[in-house]
Amino acid sequence: MIRRLLIFIVWIYFSVLLIGPMAYLCVQAFGEGLSVFWREVTRPEALHGFWLTAEITLIVLFVNLVFGTITALVLIRQRFWGQTFLSGLIDLPFSVSPVITGFMLILLFGPGTILGTWFGAMDIKILYALPAMVLVTVFVTFPFVVRELTPILMAIGTESEEAARTLGANEWQIFLRVTLPAIRWGMVYGATLTIARAIGEFGAVLVVSGNILQLTQTATLHIYQSYVDFNYVGAYAVAAILLAVSFVILMILELVKARSSTVGETSLRMVNS
Amino acid sequence: MTGHTLTRLALRSATVGYVLCLIVLPLAGIGWQSFADGWGRFIDDILQPQAQAALVLTLQAALITTCVNAVFGTLSAWVLVRFDFPGRAFLNALVDLPFAIPTLVAGIMIAAVYGATSPLGAWLQRGGIEVLYNVPGIVLAMLFVTMPFTIRALQPVLMELEQDQEEAAYTLGATPWQAFWRVTVPSILPGLLTGVFLTFVRALGEFGSVVIVAGNIPLKTQVAAVYVYGEIESYNPQGATSVSVVVLLFCFLALMLLERLIRPPGERLPAFLIGKPVPS
Repeated sequence: MIRRLLIFIVWIYFSVLLIGPMAYLCVQAFGEGLSVFWREVTRPEALHGFWLTAEITLIVLFVNLVFGTITALVLIRQRFWGQTFLSGLIDLPFSVSPVITGFMLILLFGPGTILGTWFGAMDIKILYALPAMVLVTVFVTFPFVVRELTPILMAIGTESEEAARTLGANEWQIFLRVTLPAIRWGMVYGATLTIARAIGEFGAVLVVSGNILQLTQTATLHIYQSYVDFNYVGAYAVAAILLAVSFVILMILELVKARSSTVGETSLRMVNS
Repeated sequence: MTGHTLTRLALRSATVGYVLCLIVLPLAGIGWQSFADGWGRFIDDILQPQAQAALVLTLQAALITTCVNAVFGTLSAWVLVRFDFPGRAFLNALVDLPFAIPTLVAGIMIAAVYGATSPLGAWLQRGGIEVLYNVPGIVLAMLFVTMPFTIRALQPVLMELEQDQEEAAYTLGATPWQAFWRVTVPSILPGLLTGVFLTFVRALGEFGSVVIVAGNIPLKTQVAAVYVYGEIESYNPQGATSVSVVVLLFCFLALMLLERLIRPPGERLPAFLIGKPVPS
């Protein structure tokens, strides 16, 4: 009896928070017919938003994979002064509010600051343009790849790398032939999390982008703009697309988890604990 | 110096430089800016009625969210691990969704369902319950984005917790309630604390979902993040800075407290400082 009641409460909790709102959003997005849905998601502003989001996500993914992997390697494979401090800094972006993230960048690059005047003199636009939007997204997604890779690197140890070195391999060969194959699924997992967050980032991008129509408006900013302009169907339609993307991302994450355990990389289970 | 050492040095410098520029520089910048005009200015800024109301509301909503999340998160994790029922796999797969859904989309969904235009919202309104542009809406939005924290922190612990320990307690004559408090709670406490503190920190800074459901009414439904955004938009960086720093301080203090609470006895440094992965 108690068991039934508890299961019922959990179903209610999930329905109130998750299932209900998701179902209702989909109903509303298609409520006025497929043609209206299609018209809203193929508006020039919406298409521009999708394109800009894709562009930012790709750049951020590249930066994070390169610097995230290097950071994880240095943190696990090297010992140096200040290392514990550096390691403690990695998670900080998770606990900074997105709006504050964007605001910190404005304080750094705004007019009248040292960096702002310097880039202004060179005629490089940082704020209210692509560079700032990429920078804040790199900031908020930085921990993902690092935190996926550090436990794996610790688990695989250095024996294979040492063996390769003894056999005459150079550093680059060791990384490509020994380390990379061992950490690749962790990289895929971290990359997928990065993509999810980069697509969904709103607060930080809103602050630094200036939200300029068809210029610095990403998909989420376009949803916000439509909503504020009382174009609810437009907001719901594009939101439904992003919702579908989150479902796909979630499925990829599940697949990677399943895949990594089948190839025997037990370390990934640690990552997801 | 061999090529090996050179490579290591180059990588190390690159990492340190990158982290300093990406994370330390912006935080140092906002910290410096907030106290540039002295303590008095800082105190004045956060004591402004609007700023004060925003900070108090944020703390209240975050605390309510944390409590609800702790209770229902524990219950959900428990039910998902211990009971087998139709739809369990489905619910379990749904838990991660709030991490994948953009926060703005979460806000739009909640506003759609609980707004006055939907049947449910209209029904609640007739009953005198205003969800949107009110505290319940803010709490719902914060609950949505923080939902996975407690559940995902507890599930592995509950799975490892031997059921025979509880059964031993029963054999010794404990009631289910006693078994829960004396056996289960102590073993899940570190996981629960992690989930609870991460929920609190995340709720304090939440913006995307709250900005939609809260409606930005000064002194009434304006949370700290929305207040900061408003100050930036109206070219008042000083006010935005002070409130930002207060929120950041709360977040960092909460995380430091968490590290102290869950640090295994005998370990000198918090786990995350010696390179162990932080449970997430």
